[in-house]
Amino acid sequence: MQLTNRSKQVSNTEMTFSESLYLPAILNGMAITFKHMFKKEATVRFPDQDRPIAPVYRGQHVLKRDENGAERCTACGLCAVACPAEAITMEAAERKKGEETLYREEKYAAVYEINMLRCIFCGLCEEACPKEAIFLTDRIVSAEDLREDFIYGKSKLVEDTQHRVDVTRRQTEEVLEFKHDKSKYHNQTHEDGKDIIHPWKH
Amino acid sequence: MLSSFLIIKFLLAIAVFAISLGVAAYATYGERKVAAFMQDRIGPDRAGPFGLLQPIADGVKMFMKEDFVPANSNKFLFVLGPSIAMTTALMTAVVVPWASPVNGVALQVTDINIGLLYVFGVVSIGVYGIMIGGWASNNKYSLLGALRASSQMISYEIAMGLSLISIVMITGTMSLGKIVEQQSLGYWNVFLQPLAFLIFLICSFAETNRAPFDLPECETELVGGYHTEYSSMKLGFYLFSEYVNMFNSGAIMASLFFGGYNLPFASYFAQMVGQNWILSLIQFLFFFGKILFFIFLFMWVRWTLPRFRYDQLMTLGWKILLPLSILNIVATGIFMYMSGQIQ
Amino acid sequence: MISQYLFYFLSFVSVMSALMVVFSKNPVYSVLFLILTFFSIAGHYFLLNAQFLGMVHIIVYAGAIMVLFLYVIMMLNLNKEDEPGTTTMSKIAATISGGILMLVLVAATRSVHGMESPVADSSQIGSIENLGKVLFAENGFLLPFEISSILFLASMVGAVFLSKKEIR
Repeated sequence: MQLTNRSKQVSNTEMTFSESLYLPAILNGMAITFKHMFKKEATVRFPDQDRPIAPVYRGQHVLKRDENGAERCTACGLCAVACPAEAITMEAAERKKGEETLYREEKYAAVYEINMLRCIFCGLCEEACPKEAIFLTDRIVSAEDLREDFIYGKSKLVEDTQHRVDVTRRQTEEVLEFKHDKSKYHNQTHEDGKDIIHPWKH
Repeated sequence: MLSSFLIIKFLLAIAVFAISLGVAAYATYGERKVAAFMQDRIGPDRAGPFGLLQPIADGVKMFMKEDFVPANSNKFLFVLGPSIAMTTALMTAVVVPWASPVNGVALQVTDINIGLLYVFGVVSIGVYGIMIGGWASNNKYSLLGALRASSQMISYEIAMGLSLISIVMITGTMSLGKIVEQQSLGYWNVFLQPLAFLIFLICSFAETNRAPFDLPECETELVGGYHTEYSSMKLGFYLFSEYVNMFNSGAIMASLFFGGYNLPFASYFAQMVGQNWILSLIQFLFFFGKILFFIFLFMWVRWTLPRFRYDQLMTLGWKILLPLSILNIVATGIFMYMSGQIQ
Repeated sequence: MISQYLFYFLSFVSVMSALMVVFSKNPVYSVLFLILTFFSIAGHYFLLNAQFLGMVHIIVYAGAIMVLFLYVIMMLNLNKEDEPGTTTMSKIAATISGGILMLVLVAATRSVHGMESPVADSSQIGSIENLGKVLFAENGFLLPFEISSILFLASMVGAVFLSKKEIR
């Protein structure tokens, strides 16, 4: 099978005199390396300069809060089921009185951990999530010294209310169209909070 | 008169030391930059503008490292090895003429009438630094590296010496100063003796243990070769002496084959500028440029060619370069006889 | 004046290092002291204005032959354990032959008291030009020189012949 046009047939024939001198071949090689001196370098000076990434780049996860700042995750466990690398674990808990500003749903994830060493950044958790709680972002998982430090808990995953993580680039057209469907509970925002249709009240 | 002569020579010696050490320091930086550019990379650019302070950072790092001596090594010889390597590397440059004389003072530390032999003597001693260091480390890789280095250097010294005999034949002198002076009148020796230059170039790659002949320290087979056990500034001395040797062989090649400090069309320039210090300065800069070109050539070849296998190395040295250099001597002799330069 | 002090210094170094060649236990040290001896002898040549001879001495002996010596000794890995014991016979033989050599040397040095100082007045007497003239032009040493070079060639060929394993 021929993959490129640059492949050469290797032969074991006797070298000609000019070939056995090696000097033409050496000069040829040196010309190639000299040409490379003037080529543009492939290096990206990383901390100073970011490498251009695709708009759908899948990096470190974020657990989104809604507009009130309440966590969207309801600890349904679908992400953990979807995860092919079994990187996600969680523990559910029931929302107490007075915690409505903290948790959007009556059930929430008390513990939510992603092992970043296991994670393959496939994005299936994001697809599985019915609450639009988990998203993969363009952030890069930082290097750590210990393996334990790669197990990210809620402290690292849940977004800060002051510094929201922008995931609009991950939201494809289908997602955005879906968000207009206000009949779905989790698409309802605070503004139209008065007539929130609770699915279980039907 | 004698004391002023001594002072001038002393200052010249200091200057030669400083130049060869400075060039060697920046050759380490240049090596990394050249390697980077040839591989479409950037190279060191963090220390100072364009990474120009990198050699200083490297030097500080070398000094700060733990000075480790292996437990069962021979302590005295372990220190002696890098010292010999560095000393012999710095000894070569004294016979190199840097520019034409200024006010009757030759810009050359000493112009001995056996200059070429002196260079060979110093080079042949240089192998002891590697051998002693490699043996004293009490490490099989070091020993193998040392053995490779010694046999390689002895083998290539022969072809190197024989290639220079043709130069001595056409110039009739062994003094580097006189050889350079002769080239200011006629052609550069490289046009008269291209084969000798080629042989000398290949042999100097082997003598400085540089790629493609860097078998004494090839890291894929021998960890680090003769300097496997070395650390800190002792390792620094070994690595540094390699660069000083590169500088020296560049200087020797430039003066033997490329007219030394002579500019192309030297006599025109001499008429234009006049025989004064400006001419000497231009000559010095030109000579320096030639040396830098050879250092670049060393790096260029290193980052282009793969390493030889050991039997290939020996075959090249003994079966190709040695007969070729003898052939060159015979051919030169016949040519000189035909053209009536000798009876 | 300076050359006299240099002479004493070099003589001291050469005699001491020559003794150390014999007395040091480690064969590698012996080789290194032998190299030092060669260097001090080369220094003597320089003092006698024989620069060419001195330099060639360094290149050939210190630079080439001793490297091979060192090479072989490093490869042999001589330890105290596998040192062959010396028999009484060999000790006696060594003493006798050493004594005979000593006798010859003493007899030779006794007869040279009338010799004049070899230090030449001109610093160019040992230069490469003069040496070449003496060897090839004036004194007619050309034939012996060429014959000796043929001798060397013959010995080289002999060495190559001996090192060939299959001779058929």
